[in-house]
Amino acid sequence: MNRFPFAPPPRSPEAEELRREVRDFLKTELAGTTALQRAESWNGWSAEFSAKMGERGWIGMTWPKRYGGHERSALERYVVLEEMLAHGAPVSAHWIADRQSGPLLLRSGTEQQRLEILPRIAAGTCFVCIGLSEPDVGSDLASARTRAVSVDGGYRVNGTKIWTTNGHRSHYMVLFCRTGDGGERHQGLSQFLVDMKTPGVEVRPIIALTGEHHFNEVVFTDVFLPADSAIGKIGEGWQQVTSELANERSGPERFLSSFELLVEMVRSLGNSPSDHAKATVGRLGAHIVTLRRMSRSVAGMLQAGSDPTLQAAIVKDLGAVLEQEVPEIARLLLGAEPTSSSTTDFSAVLAYTTLHAPSFSLRGGAREILRGIIARGLGLR
Amino acid sequence: MTQTENPLFDMAGRLFSDLCQPKDLADAGTGQWPDAAWSAVEAAGLPGALIPEDAGGFGASPVEAFSVLRAAGEHALPLPLGETMLAGLLLAKAGIAIPSGPISVPSTDQPALKLKRSDGRWTLAGSLRHVPWGRHVKTVVAVADFEERPYVVLISTNGMAPDCADNVAREPRDSFTIDVALKDSEIALSEFSRLDLRAIGAAMRTQQIAGALSRVTAMSVRYAQERVQFGRPIGKFQTIQQSLAVLATQTAAANAAADLAAEAVTEAGVETLAIGCAKVRCGEAASLGSAIAHQIHGAFGFTHEHSLHFYTRRLLSWRDEFGNETEWSTRIGQAAIEGGPDRLWYGITDIGASR
Ligand SMILES: Cc1cc2nc3c(=O)[nH]c(=O)nc-3n(C[C@H](O)[C@H](O)[C@H](O)COP(=O)(O)OP(=O)(O)OC[C@H]3O[C@@H](n4cnc5c(N)ncnc54)[C@H](O)[C@@H]3O)c2cc1C
Repeated sequence: MNRFPFAPPPRSPEAEELRREVRDFLKTELAGTTALQRAESWNGWSAEFSAKMGERGWIGMTWPKRYGGHERSALERYVVLEEMLAHGAPVSAHWIADRQSGPLLLRSGTEQQRLEILPRIAAGTCFVCIGLSEPDVGSDLASARTRAVSVDGGYRVNGTKIWTTNGHRSHYMVLFCRTGDGGERHQGLSQFLVDMKTPGVEVRPIIALTGEHHFNEVVFTDVFLPADSAIGKIGEGWQQVTSELANERSGPERFLSSFELLVEMVRSLGNSPSDHAKATVGRLGAHIVTLRRMSRSVAGMLQAGSDPTLQAAIVKDLGAVLEQEVPEIARLLLGAEPTSSSTTDFSAVLAYTTLHAPSFSLRGGAREILRGIIARGLGLR
Repeated sequence: MTQTENPLFDMAGRLFSDLCQPKDLADAGTGQWPDAAWSAVEAAGLPGALIPEDAGGFGASPVEAFSVLRAAGEHALPLPLGETMLAGLLLAKAGIAIPSGPISVPSTDQPALKLKRSDGRWTLAGSLRHVPWGRHVKTVVAVADFEERPYVVLISTNGMAPDCADNVAREPRDSFTIDVALKDSEIALSEFSRLDLRAIGAAMRTQQIAGALSRVTAMSVRYAQERVQFGRPIGKFQTIQQSLAVLATQTAAANAAADLAAEAVTEAGVETLAIGCAKVRCGEAASLGSAIAHQIHGAFGFTHEHSLHFYTRRLLSWRDEFGNETEWSTRIGQAAIEGGPDRLWYGITDIGASR
């Protein structure tokens, strides 16, 4: 029996209609971008572009209207996401808030948080970063050390978060930290909505091996958080964060990170490629088609309200394998040398993707951790 | 409804489970024709599952009909059931009466058959290569071109001496050299091209691969929980857990791809590129998956006595039949490159979008 079924993605004529609209929009908006800019895609930051998407109603698409959402289906949202990524739109600014922080507030936030923050996220003007990892706390999130202690009128926070993508240009952080001791490992953890301008929050840049500044270290020194900044129930942060991670893992960004390289590879092959080149392109296409079906199936599960944790882990694991294979295949097929300073689209994109590839199987949950989740689903742990 | 969530799948699964005990599979591997099994499958009406209702079928959708083959793969059913279903579809659509009994379809279509017409009489010459269970069937169905149009041909192989061969699963894959006259009742214009036929055959194999992978995944998990080394079940070792997780991801991908292939055979026609994608993906999953299953099973899995090989040897065979990964990915790549880099994404989203 098939242990992890992926139900056929539901048909959605509205979503296909929307696809045409999104493509028209992108044709205008992305005219004149370079292949290298397109390769950045969900690493590409443009507050201006995010605001335009907000105007179109393409952020917070599935949320209730009273919170600035648009009450559209998960499949319509999926179409917007995949079209953005496949065309290489700069979506980094609003991506995290749209994908996980907004839905978290919707599920667990206070009414005040929802009314105050969600409409701004949906407008594409409010950006959020995620404070999960710490210098000593990576995959083993439950051992978080950053601590919020109860004080008069709120909490005082001390500790350090790290690898905080966009920490230096976000309005808020969703902070995951310890609020209690003893008991089970997974108890005594909580989430807070932190205004990044709060005194005592210090953001220090960390330069990635690519030379870029996307992630940061965020140090909390006696930071006072008002009581109403807690998200959900104090002590239930672990349950909240696990459903947040299912949102984080299944989307099209989990298999399209190298898509622009594939496009430039096909461009460089020209009109009369060898049979070997055709087969190579065709094989990658077959993988993408299958993964896309699986990922859309997860969107269908989200739409139906079922729990896609396992399916999301499968999509992310298979997706990362594929994304990492693409630069290896491209360099051998075309025999080009990746050149970071190149003005040739192919070798510039090859250099970019080659350097980013190691992160594909780390960010959002390392490969071994995902496989552990799948093994648990098989009843082995 | 997922591909495998329907009454036909459940019914077929129960039936095949009875018919495909290790002894039955071992007997089939010695070249015996499982006559009783065929009768049971025929009595259940399964060979006609792809035949449209108005042509005498029982009105299952192609997706439901293909789920029978998913179950067949899961149980390693040693019969040309998919081939007979496929032949039934071709004949019914062409208005040719469907003979009783098992019918086969060659899994290789090269070199092409030579169809000729002179003095109002049709003749067909060439070779029928890799005909599943060729020695046991009395009829073979193929598609041959004449003046650039495809025709369905019904070839009576009764009494012909095949050139016998087996695939690595010891399923008969026989060849016939033919030079025959066809009666008018044995030929008709075909709705399906030769490529369509190859694609439907490939779609059939993707179902079987997905089913067999589900089976070897279940077997490998169970084995890892039972086999004890160094004082604990090997499934407690993290490295084994990680391998089994990879096997599970391959099986999940193969099943999703097989769903795509099943949906690609519709009343409106055959979406060959979608099926090609599925065959490529399933072929790769078959290779990776059977290797992991064997690694988990150790030397016991390398014996004839253990039943793992009934499934893995089929996985290793089916990936090559009706077009291997190279054949199909070349076709897909050709289409992608013709479309050009800036339409690559459109080509991807078009697959499966017409339904
Ligand atoms: C580009 C990028 C952006 C990121 N953005 C953010 C962000 O915005 N916010 C945030 O909070 N975090 C962010 N992260 C951090 C990311 O979530 C972590 O990298 C990830 O969770 C893994 O943690 P780690 O890097 O500390 O590795 P570790 O947990 O130290 O793991 C190192 C290696 O050991 C393996 N390993 C660990 N435990 C086990 C085990 N039990 N069994 C087997 N193997 C094990 C891992 O799989 C990995 O291969 C980002 C990371 C990257 C690369």
